[in-house]
Amino acid sequence: MAERILMKGNEALAEAAIRAGCRHFFGYPITPQTEISAYMAKKMPKVGGLYLQAESEVAAINMVLGAASAGVRTMTSSSSPGISLKTEGISYIAGSDLPCVIIDIQRGGPGLGGIQPSQADYWQATKATGHGDFQLLVFAPSTVQEMANTVFDAFELAEKYRMPAMIFADGMLGQMMEPVTFPEREPEISEKPWAADGHKGQRTHNIINSLYLQPQDLERLVRERFERYDVIKKTEVRYDEFMTEDADILLVAYGATARIVKSAVVEARSKGIKAGLLRPITLWPFPSEAIAAAAANTKAILCVEMSMGQMVDDVRLAVGGKQVDFFGRTGGIIPTPAEVLAQIEELARR
Amino acid sequence: MATVFQKPSTLTDAKLHYCPGCTHGIIHRLVAEAIESLGIDGITVGVAPVGCSVMAYDYFTCDMVQAPHGRAPAVATGLKRARPENIVFTYQGDGDLAAIGTAETVHSATRGENITIIFVNNAIYGMTGGQMAPTTLPGQVTQTTPYGRDTSIAGFPVRVCEMLSTLDGVEYAERVSVDTVPNINNAARAIKKAFQNQIDKKGFSIVEVVSTCPTNWGLTPVEALGWLRENMLPYYPLGVYKDRSAGKETK
Ligand SMILES: Cc1ncc(C[n+]2csc(CCOP(=O)(O)OP(=O)(O)O)c2C)c(N)n1
Ligand code: SF4
Repeated sequence: MAERILMKGNEALAEAAIRAGCRHFFGYPITPQTEISAYMAKKMPKVGGLYLQAESEVAAINMVLGAASAGVRTMTSSSSPGISLKTEGISYIAGSDLPCVIIDIQRGGPGLGGIQPSQADYWQATKATGHGDFQLLVFAPSTVQEMANTVFDAFELAEKYRMPAMIFADGMLGQMMEPVTFPEREPEISEKPWAADGHKGQRTHNIINSLYLQPQDLERLVRERFERYDVIKKTEVRYDEFMTEDADILLVAYGATARIVKSAVVEARSKGIKAGLLRPITLWPFPSEAIAAAAANTKAILCVEMSMGQMVDDVRLAVGGKQVDFFGRTGGIIPTPAEVLAQIEELARR
Repeated sequence: MATVFQKPSTLTDAKLHYCPGCTHGIIHRLVAEAIESLGIDGITVGVAPVGCSVMAYDYFTCDMVQAPHGRAPAVATGLKRARPENIVFTYQGDGDLAAIGTAETVHSATRGENITIIFVNNAIYGMTGGQMAPTTLPGQVTQTTPYGRDTSIAGFPVRVCEMLSTLDGVEYAERVSVDTVPNINNAARAIKKAFQNQIDKKGFSIVEVVSTCPTNWGLTPVEALGWLRENMLPYYPLGVYKDRSAGKETK
């Protein structure tokens, strides 16, 4: 049987990436993703891989663009301010149909903000990770085990759909230690006939590019990309439900916050309040239909985030006109189960 | 009948979009000839910049990647680190390489990335219509220095070869010009050497080509060559700034 190892979320993520066949990691130091880079720096040389510290997040994401163009599994990690710098490169990667994995271990913002956990970059990750019409796959794990599992999926889906994938966590998940069993799974690395890896006289040249000066060409390509997005929305949505079947009060939360909310739900149930939790695992594609279904017979809906309320927009869109309440802490403050329970109790009285 | 002029097999049949008399065309040819004569087309990957030469990806027959503005050396780093057996080059203008991409240029150089950079210095932003570049000369009139580059406001030009030749990571830095036939022949030699260095795993090699932009300089192609000789060459002296393997560290 596979071994259970006690590990920090960030380290589990890095180890899983290596096991998933990633051999090219480009980073730039920033808290609270530090352990990912440190782990890569230590382990990559031992597996014949590369850890390269770039001069900036801008350079790191463009190194990823280059390595992805060459057809290898490649990854970068950062935290909020660094992700802002990567958005240019992410947009080019999306526009060039390249697969890669980007880790965002969020911290508080705006500006330099703080270094404590936050979920205030939901809009950035799901709606504006750079200019132009595009999406990335966004996975929001909520345990160390899930951090590890998600890496395999992120690489495979990024390659399947030729697009960037983001693992979107926060400082709390990154730093917490939990037992993890690495999936015994051989990486499925696909052929990349499109790669710029030298034609060897065997084919005409491959061009990796995002420039289309004819509007008709650009529109056609963007539309083709959005047709792929439609397939993803139908087939790749992931979420987890906890006690939603008979729930009067539906809670929606993701990532580390979902763990806190789960405790509050258990507590509420013990007090006779029928609460339930729907936890999106993919933030894009967003589990809109699942949320609508779970909310069909509830009396109240509460979205909890470590932000001033960002995912709540998507929850409101999902439930079409029903009232959705919001509770959030921001700036690096983690909501407590007691605070969430108090919100649930208030809704129950309403 | 003897063939006296032939397009290198490493250039596609696509029609170059450059303005009449623009030296980008000559430099493309020199790069293509180097790739052809070294027999490396099948293992070469070029990185196109943002600038007039953005569509270089259509002109070279090797695999090509188009990079964000200034990021070509970082993209080349990723390509080369992923497949060290390939030959990777960037082709960049002065705005791309010495303004927005300065960090990527300096750090790929100081890391000693085993890549080749072809740097086209035409003292102007060609593609966007003739704005001041980091290499625009003091007093030079551009769209954004309509009264001439005033160094008290806009500072001074960047001498890229001089700057990079101070870095230990650099193998080879040479400045050439394509204004006369002898200079074109010399540029051809330098460009080939910059590729050969990479084949020989010697490390970071850059060839700066002093070039013209007749369109945005507001001159005829011939006048532009004269302007280059009178104004650019004194500020940007030609020569080898560094050739580590040959024991040449500074000019
Ligand atoms: C991020 C970004 N900023 C600005 C531009 C606009 N832009 C396109 S080309 C260019 C300047 C290119 O000048 P140079 O590198 O000197 O090359 P040349 O056109 O002269 O060959 C600029 C500023 C851009 N495409 N992207
Ligand atoms: S604008 Fe200048 S640099 Fe660009 S193609 Fe025309 S002459 Fe050449």
